[in-house]
Amino acid sequence: MSLIDSISLPRSVRLPRLDGLVQWIVPLAIIAIWQVACVTGFVPTRVLPAPSDVALAGWKLLLSGELVRNIWVSFWRASIGFLIGGSIGFAFGLANGLSQLSAKLTDTTLQMVRNVPHLALIPLVILWFGIDESAKLFLVALGVFFPIYLNTLHGIRTVDPQLIEMGRIYGMTDGELFRRVIFPGALPSIFVGIRFALGIMWLTLIVAETIAASSGLGYMAMQAREFMLIDVVVLSILIYALLGKLADSASRVLERLTLSWHPAFQKR
Amino acid sequence: MQTALRTSLPETELASRASFAPHARVAREERQEERRVQTTGLPLSIRGLRKSFGDNEVLRGIDLHIPAGQFVAIVGKSGCGKSTLLRLIAGLEKIDAGSIGFGQDVQPEDIRVMFQEPRLLPWARVLANVEVGLGRDRASKDAHARAEKALTEVGLADKRDQWPSVLSGGQKQRVALGRALVSRPRVLAFDEPLGALDALTRISMQRLLERVWRDQGFTAILVTHDVSEAVALADRVLVIEEGRIAHDVVVSAARPRQRGSAELAGLEGSILSHLLSADDRT
Repeated sequence: MSLIDSISLPRSVRLPRLDGLVQWIVPLAIIAIWQVACVTGFVPTRVLPAPSDVALAGWKLLLSGELVRNIWVSFWRASIGFLIGGSIGFAFGLANGLSQLSAKLTDTTLQMVRNVPHLALIPLVILWFGIDESAKLFLVALGVFFPIYLNTLHGIRTVDPQLIEMGRIYGMTDGELFRRVIFPGALPSIFVGIRFALGIMWLTLIVAETIAASSGLGYMAMQAREFMLIDVVVLSILIYALLGKLADSASRVLERLTLSWHPAFQKR
Repeated sequence: MQTALRTSLPETELASRASFAPHARVAREERQEERRVQTTGLPLSIRGLRKSFGDNEVLRGIDLHIPAGQFVAIVGKSGCGKSTLLRLIAGLEKIDAGSIGFGQDVQPEDIRVMFQEPRLLPWARVLANVEVGLGRDRASKDAHARAEKALTEVGLADKRDQWPSVLSGGQKQRVALGRALVSRPRVLAFDEPLGALDALTRISMQRLLERVWRDQGFTAILVTHDVSEAVALADRVLVIEEGRIAHDVVVSAARPRQRGSAELAGLEGSILSHLLSADDRT
């Protein structure tokens, strides 16, 4: 998805120097309109607190250390869950992309499991793991597994067979063929999987934390709702948006570093 | 139908041999003597070569001797089996029956193929792509130097650090040629290497092919659908029809050859008329 985005964007649209700022115009405008609407009383603050109030709530939580602690807990859960689910998905993608036997053995099963919404497992997961860390990690890992598995598999299967033949003619061993032809060829697709997985990672974590947790951003939002602290609820939602953007940017940087050969990533 | 064709074939073969002048044959033998002194190429002898894909018999008994260092072009209509013959020579397909011999034991690095598509690794820079051609010598210390030398031979030394995606079609094909040349092959097989290039680029690539062949003295086997390209480059043109060698034509014109000369044009015309007359028979 990301690849298509950056390919179809005409180069002339990107303004020099302002490049990095242009993307922030719309979010800032929304915040400005929101602030004006709240201050003028067009939107009652009981329904939606003004951005300034949200910022103030954020500042208080920051000073108490609660905010940093909760963000850290959520970040840690997300990363570990992503690593576990991502590596298992990657391993299955490799195995099934490279070996017919492995694909025959596991692909059908995985496709069946994929069609179960993983959040539907929450009741079962709570029964199995209670509400401690392993429940959240399990759900995140499960959610992240499929996009990475599917895209790794797809990437490996669509590597140009002519290049593989070329590698064999020039005497590449299986290891070399994988390192120099198959893996680099599958990488753009793997990155698409990573970016989908990052979205699912936050989604899963927040849902899991709102339902069964005693710390983390989702828990903070649920607590705030109990005490009618609507500014903290809105703050949590904004932090999700920021964290999501951050994860996406990180994967973009990684993409740009490893795919510099790709025409879509070359600077002119 | 089938038997009628088979009995009629030797006759046409004889007729073609006669029409392509006996003096050409003498000239060819002289040329072979002259080249044999300086060539690094390997001779090729093919006996009773057959290949089928399923029920479709693509090659129906090919017997062919190619002296070391000769430039042979193989022409024929699409589907006649010319690419299959080349893939068998290059060891890319398994032989059903018959044999292909090079007169001695060969290493994989001795035989190289160049395809219609450049088949460059898009994620490797130009120089690294050429190094791929070294085969098992990739890890050796002089790999860089050898790749750079091959890149200079094809005139792309200044592009060594570029990505393949920024090169033009002709440049990509020259990198592919450099990759094929870097291991100093003794047989180089070309599978319509210039088929996807525009007319001007094609002519300059033909000159380049001829130059490196003369410099390095490998045995060259060129599969092409372009008869004028075949007569411009080759010592000998083989016409393949229905899985057999239907005509074996010697091109004795001196090198460097004058494009569009009456001699080449006449030869081109007679080969084309053979190809077209085969069309009329069926």
